[in-house]
Amino acid sequence: MIDVKLPTLLRGHAGDSPEVQGEGGSLGELLDDLERRYPGLTRGLRDDRGLQRHVNVYVNGEDVRYTGGLDTALGEGDTVSILPAVAGGSR
Amino acid sequence: MTEARFTEDQVLRYARHIFLPHIGAEGQGKLTDASVLVIGAGGLGSPVAMYLAAAGVGRIGLLDFDRVDLTNLQRQLLHDTDDVGRPKVDSGRDRLLDLNPTIEVTAHDTSLTSENAFEILEPYDVVVDGTDNFPVRYLVNDATQMLGKPLVYGSIYQFEGQASVFLPGRDRPCYRCLFPEPPPPGSVPSCAEAGVLGVLPGIVGSIQATEAIKLITGIGEPLVGRLLLLDALTMEFRTMSLRWDPACPVCGENPSVTELIDYDAFCGLAPGQAPPEAERAPEVAS
Repeated sequence: MIDVKLPTLLRGHAGDSPEVQGEGGSLGELLDDLERRYPGLTRGLRDDRGLQRHVNVYVNGEDVRYTGGLDTALGEGDTVSILPAVAGGSR
Repeated sequence: MTEARFTEDQVLRYARHIFLPHIGAEGQGKLTDASVLVIGAGGLGSPVAMYLAAAGVGRIGLLDFDRVDLTNLQRQLLHDTDDVGRPKVDSGRDRLLDLNPTIEVTAHDTSLTSENAFEILEPYDVVVDGTDNFPVRYLVNDATQMLGKPLVYGSIYQFEGQASVFLPGRDRPCYRCLFPEPPPPGSVPSCAEAGVLGVLPGIVGSIQATEAIKLITGIGEPLVGRLLLLDALTMEFRTMSLRWDPACPVCGENPSVTELIDYDAFCGLAPGQAPPEAERAPEVAS
C-alpha cells in the first residue's frame, strides 16, 4: 500500500482524513485506485496533458514533474503528497 | 566593536540578539541597515512585520489597500479593536512604532499593480509575500525575479500552510517553477467560506520572519529550493524539494515573460476586475 497525504482541499472526499492509502505501480494507477475508493478525490488533478499545472505531487518529497509525471513508478512504502496552490495570507 | 554604533538603549533592546552566537553586534548591525517590504498587512503580514520591527530591521514597508474589519481581528495582530475602519497600513504603522520607535516604517496605502510594482519594490532589500490572491502572488514573484531581490513566500489555507524562499538567478526555483499556472478561478471553495485557523498565519508568518532575518544576517540555511508544508491539525511539518525549472517563463533559460503582465488575465479574471468573493478560491481569506 502507498500512503497518500491529502491537502485540506481534498480531505472532504475521504471523510476528512489527512491521509489515505491506495495501490498502483505508477502514480496514474494510484490516482485511478484512489478515485475508485474515494469518488471525486482526484477530479481536477488531471487533464488531457497530465497533471494540472497548479497541482504538485511529490513522491517521497520529490516533485513528480521531474520523475516521469503520471508514469512515476511507485512501490510499497512510498509516500505521496498532493499539493494544490493556495494563495491565502492577508485579508 | 560595532556595538559602538548602538545607543545604550539599543544595546539593551537587542541584547538577546547581540549575545546570540551567529548574530552578535555584527548581525544586529545588518538588521539595522536592512529594509524589508511586507506585502499585505493582514494575517501573515502581522507577525512578519511585528517580529521584524522587534528585531530592529531599520526600515519596514507595509503595503495594503484595505481597511481594518472586525473579522480581521481573530488573527491580524497588527490591528486593535479601536482600529476598525482605519487603513491597515496606518494601524500597522502605529503598532510597529509602538513596538520599536527607533525604526522607520513606510506605509504604502495602495494595491500592488504591474504599473507601480517596480517603483515600490526597488528601495527594499527583501520582499515578504503575505498577500491573499494569485494575481498579486505572481506579480510579486515576477517583479522580485526581474529586480533580483529575495522573496520570502508564505501561504495558508484553513489549517495548512506553505513557506519557501525564492532567490533570483539560475538554479534557484521561483514561485512559477513551483506552480507554473494558477488554478482556474472558482475551481476551489472560497476562503471567506472556508475559514482559517486564527493562529495559523502566526505560525507561517513567524517562519517567514525567521527566513527574512536569516537572509539579512546571512546565517543558517534559508528555505531555498525547499517548500515547507505544515498541517496544524496533525502538527506535521514536511519539506518538499523544489527544482529550478529551465523552462520557467520568468527565471528559466529562455524567459518568455520579460516584463510585468496583466495578472488578472493570467489568472483568468477580467482585467481590473476582482472575482466575486465566492469565486476567489484557493485564495483563502486569512
